[in-house]
Amino acid sequence: MPETTPTTLEIGYGGSERFTMNMGPQHPSAHGVFRAILTLEGETVVGVDAVIGYLHRCHEKLGETLTYVQYPSIASKTDYVAAMTAELAYVSAVELVGKIDVPTRAQWLRVLAAELQRIASHLLWLGTWCMDMGGALGGGATVFLYCIREREAVLDLFEALTGARLLYGFHQPGGTRYDLPADWTQQCRQTLNLIEQRIGEYEAMLEDNAFFLVRTQGVGVISRELAQEVGVSGPLLRGSGVNHDLRRAAPYSSYERFDFRIPVETAGDCYARYCVRMAEFRESIKIARQVLDGLPEGPISSRPGVKSVGQVRVPKGEGYARIEGARGEVGCYLVADGGAKPYRLKWRGASFSNLAVLPHILPGVKVADVVAIMGSVDPVFGEVDR
Amino acid sequence: MTLPPLAYHALVGFVVLNVVIGMVTYVTLLERKFAARMQSRIGPYYVGPHGLLQPIADAIKLMIKEDVVPTSADRWVYNLAPIVFLVPCVLIFATLPFAPGLGVADLNIGVLFFLAVSSLEIVGLFMGGWGSNNKYALLSAMRAVNQIISYDLPFVFAAFVPVLLAGSLQMSAIVAAQQGAWFVVVPKWFLFYPVIGQLAFVAFLVATLAAENRVPFDILEAESELVAGFRVEYSGMKFALIQLGEYAHMIGTSFLGALLFLGGWLGPGADLPLVGALWFLIKAMLVFLVVTWVRWSFVRIRVDQILAISWKLLLPASIVLLLATAFWVAARGGHGA
Repeated sequence: MPETTPTTLEIGYGGSERFTMNMGPQHPSAHGVFRAILTLEGETVVGVDAVIGYLHRCHEKLGETLTYVQYPSIASKTDYVAAMTAELAYVSAVELVGKIDVPTRAQWLRVLAAELQRIASHLLWLGTWCMDMGGALGGGATVFLYCIREREAVLDLFEALTGARLLYGFHQPGGTRYDLPADWTQQCRQTLNLIEQRIGEYEAMLEDNAFFLVRTQGVGVISRELAQEVGVSGPLLRGSGVNHDLRRAAPYSSYERFDFRIPVETAGDCYARYCVRMAEFRESIKIARQVLDGLPEGPISSRPGVKSVGQVRVPKGEGYARIEGARGEVGCYLVADGGAKPYRLKWRGASFSNLAVLPHILPGVKVADVVAIMGSVDPVFGEVDR
Repeated sequence: MTLPPLAYHALVGFVVLNVVIGMVTYVTLLERKFAARMQSRIGPYYVGPHGLLQPIADAIKLMIKEDVVPTSADRWVYNLAPIVFLVPCVLIFATLPFAPGLGVADLNIGVLFFLAVSSLEIVGLFMGGWGSNNKYALLSAMRAVNQIISYDLPFVFAAFVPVLLAGSLQMSAIVAAQQGAWFVVVPKWFLFYPVIGQLAFVAFLVATLAAENRVPFDILEAESELVAGFRVEYSGMKFALIQLGEYAHMIGTSFLGALLFLGGWLGPGADLPLVGALWFLIKAMLVFLVVTWVRWSFVRIRVDQILAISWKLLLPASIVLLLATAFWVAARGGHGA
């Protein structure tokens, strides 16, 4: 292992003592189990040691012991806040290596699920981020509860679709496991209308609030160069002025058939990332509406129903499938040996790569900004530690 | 039968203390219900009808909780801090007259006493932060000192605008100066004084928020950064005392705001002491709810931004305001309006 030097900063502080403070792994704003060992001079952060691994569950090894039919239900546990996209990444890799066709209806259903999931995930992000900045006993909690209220509506949709609210098992190699239930489309449209209206309300509440602006504008700036060098993806990358979205750059699951805009901001600060995600809400709603309007008829899977867990066999080969999750590029590298289980599985978690930017931007900020910046990165530790 | 003065004051003090404590417990319920409305929730509901017994349940719970003292804490300082914190917070009620003649002591320097005592809470706060021997608590105590020093000055200057207008530091005299009405309908409260009154009230409210450590200025507590700030190590009754002190301070400041700007107990039927006290209570709760409203809709700001707001904006503005008021009062022939 190469020697790593943590970035530290000299700021000509008058005092003689540096102060080491632990943030996490159990901390109100740790977003799971992240541990940041902060070196402080007064209120200013001069060094950060990021410690991860508290949520490691041997996910990749688990992938080798479960069959292609079984694992999608587990794959959702890597990123439990956006479970649909994690499943989609896995089945995409299986289909890529196994050259399994996916019927158009299934592809569209996957798009619908992914976009609804993006909305649900961004809602949770907005709520928790505001709570980090505003406090559980302040305006942040108000935004949090509003967001959770809307997220419930999306989860109700997922519950009607799959029977589960958090970890779905909706995707299967070759298609989806469930078709839309009766009246679901109507319910979905209502939810989308509701959320579209409420997003306007959040924006009015936050963007007209001077305190929100001073907390986010110019805070935690990730330059375009830094973003590309570290390899961040998703809203962070687009907030730093790079127009890169896998839905457009390398379309999968027939995303090329939909009309949507990719929001890009150039400032690279927390506020830019906020703007990108707020715009993505609306774009996701737009895509979901297009799916509902033009959903083709047909089978939802290229395979007949599941008969046994070892039903899907993938010929020898390997491949990397990547999709645009709510937090960025979620990738799955799969090596198959011809059996019913993968030989080797490797996840690329968006949060993991995004988190790597923290030691570059945290030195020099105040303690209060640490939580604001971390919240704007939107890490999910199931995906970081896997 | 008349009581000797000392016994009378002791009795009144005892009554006021208990009323304050009762009020504090119920104000927490008011705040929780209010916050719940803002967040489209119901709030406390199950203990008693509409949750009316919730504060009592909370108090009992806090009293029977285990009291944990960290092994590395400075025991004396740690144990003493909640009391040192609570005493000034309750003492501020001493000079508040709740209705004509209904109060512990209507000092002729009442406002000064209030302001001086209310900023003493910082001592207990810092003791708690230091004595806990916890890094979060220490950082929070440092922030507390920063913040209180920065906001006490604008707080005092804003509070002195009505004092100048009334020409007295005595609370009952300040209320008396607000009697009457302009154009029959607008009461002569200092809030309705053209320009000066409103500006001073806004400055007072902002400084109040900071002095009470409420969002957006609650950097001391800052539970997303410092977990719970200076009280992170406190549990059980000591925690309850700190909480009690904080709310007592808040209510006391709300009463002061109502007295300085909203005419205290003035209102229809204020000649009867109880009606007057009711008016005063309603006005104070109004101020409290404004503060609560701000609390539940803003995000917290950073420590450097808080200091910048105070030293660069609020302090100069309140000094200018105070000077302007002084000139105006002098131009009108001294002695009040």
